[in-house]
Amino acid sequence: MARYFIRRVLSLIPTLFIVITLSFFLIRIAPGGPFARERDVPEAILQNLMKRYHMDEPLFKQYLRYMKDIIRWDFGPSYRYRDLTVNEIIDRGLPVSMSLGVISLTLAAVGGIAVGIISALKQNRWQDYVAVSVAVIGISVPLFVMGPVLQLVFGMKLKILPIGQWISTNGIKAVILPAVTLSFPYFAYIARLSRASILEVLRSDYIRTARAKGLKESVVVWKHVLKGALLPVVTYLGPAFSGIVVGSIVIESVFLVPGIGRPFVQSALNRDYTLIMAEVVVYSVILIIANLVVDVIYGLLDPRISYK
Amino acid sequence: MSDEVILQVKDLKTYFTVDEGVVKAVDGVSFDLHKGETLGIVGESGSGKSVTNLSIINLISTPPGKIAGGEVLFHGKDLLKMPPHEIREIRGNKISMIFQDPMTSLNPFLRISTQMVETIVLHQKIDKKAAKEKAIEMLKLAGIPAPEKRIDQYPHQFSGGMRQRVMIAMGLSCNPEILIADEPTSALDVTIQAQILELMRELTRKLGTAVILITHSLGVVAGMCDTICVMYAGRIVERGRTEEIFESPRHPYTQGLIRSVPRLDQETKERLYSIPGQPPNVIDLPDCCPFYPRCERAMDICKKKYPPVVSFENNQSASCWLYGKEAQNV
Repeated sequence: MARYFIRRVLSLIPTLFIVITLSFFLIRIAPGGPFARERDVPEAILQNLMKRYHMDEPLFKQYLRYMKDIIRWDFGPSYRYRDLTVNEIIDRGLPVSMSLGVISLTLAAVGGIAVGIISALKQNRWQDYVAVSVAVIGISVPLFVMGPVLQLVFGMKLKILPIGQWISTNGIKAVILPAVTLSFPYFAYIARLSRASILEVLRSDYIRTARAKGLKESVVVWKHVLKGALLPVVTYLGPAFSGIVVGSIVIESVFLVPGIGRPFVQSALNRDYTLIMAEVVVYSVILIIANLVVDVIYGLLDPRISYK
Repeated sequence: MSDEVILQVKDLKTYFTVDEGVVKAVDGVSFDLHKGETLGIVGESGSGKSVTNLSIINLISTPPGKIAGGEVLFHGKDLLKMPPHEIREIRGNKISMIFQDPMTSLNPFLRISTQMVETIVLHQKIDKKAAKEKAIEMLKLAGIPAPEKRIDQYPHQFSGGMRQRVMIAMGLSCNPEILIADEPTSALDVTIQAQILELMRELTRKLGTAVILITHSLGVVAGMCDTICVMYAGRIVERGRTEEIFESPRHPYTQGLIRSVPRLDQETKERLYSIPGQPPNVIDLPDCCPFYPRCERAMDICKKKYPPVVSFENNQSASCWLYGKEAQNV
């Protein structure tokens, strides 16, 4: 188990190397550049800019320079936010997006699994129909509709929650609306997923055995059904986690949350090479670690899986 | 086997409502089970054997299933009318079940010890430690080598035959009065089949457990059972003591079943006999003998009305119009 774990962590290095190399060249193939504007910059200024950011050097030399920096976890200066290094942008935004993401995903997982259990046990009764309808709404209503509606109801009409901004300005209450909004589609998907897999396990032979042994229905569900039924949910949580913690431009725009999602998306539009690269690296690291954690949880849940 | 009847199934009817209509999986089944008796229920797939036995301990999933009528009297009390908490005290305790596929019948996520101990603790009201000792003792009886080590393993670490031994050990761990074995050997290979059957016979004799053995194999019932019920399309078409059924089968279906067993002791160049046709679809079956389309001796009346039960000597009985004269006399 420990050896497996170490091997998986070490495999992060070649994976990252490939990801960084590919993205470095791919971005530069894309037309445009960080200093391309609607109005042309005078030639002399452009030359100076290129020189300042070492973009006048041959591409391969730039690549080596970048790799040397990245080993020291130095992402370089942002080409667009002139006063900031990419490290500063990440250090400011990522913790915000991380905490918002973790809170939302926890809400989504707890709520989704609970609703999934209820609707599976009450299949085709009113509780199930309500849960399924809520899930369909959750999946189909976009965040930029859900967010403003919640702002209108809880911020403007009831005046019990701040409409936007983050903990530093509005206190801990500021987390509630963005977290709930962001969690909703995840909640809905997890509810559907757990409902389906609980229903499948409920029909299995070993559940019939458990009932034939005279166990109470509650024991059957908690002890015999859930462990197996939650495996697909765990599988889903890995990629969902890495997607949610790198921020959401919609949530950050609607609620003015100073997260990392907006800078990341804009970096792509601005051809802010260093920031794009940082996004790629951060996202890859989180995704790889999240998948590793999922595999470890899998091994704990399912005794048939063993890691060597 | 004594004369004391411990389980009486009376006119049991279990129907399933599906889009195409009502499936009468079990349609008026009655039989008695005596203390220590081994009763075989034989029939093709879909004849209602398994549904009958799931109905006995009220484990039919509703919907789509529904027990539409009848009584299951266990020591005189109707299991079908019992509130859930009372029947739960009987399941796994007084009446336990083992199933066809040992590969899927144990929970793959829980240790054997967890699965056995929970049953024993639940029904015997003893602490976990004592229950584990009891479980180890049962595994030993069931022929599991090194049970004190193997009990803490997971089902996937056991072979199919070993898992069925675990199921038997678990099924018998609370000294049930009745063990219902639903095709316990159908998923195992032949050498293991014989071992498992021998184990069941030995243990149930030792503990005085009555057995309802569901199977499609006449070979299995011949070796194991005191009495046999032959089921076809949701009803019992013939019943009797094992020797009588094999010596003088009365129903053409039973005769066909016995003829279709390959015999090594008779030299013959004939092809192996098989009953022509397929079992009927039991959705909205008309009032006729369901076997008549496949029956070599079918008569006009067979298409019009379900035959009554005709009794013969030695408690043998069959439902067939061939014995119409006797039928009128009864």
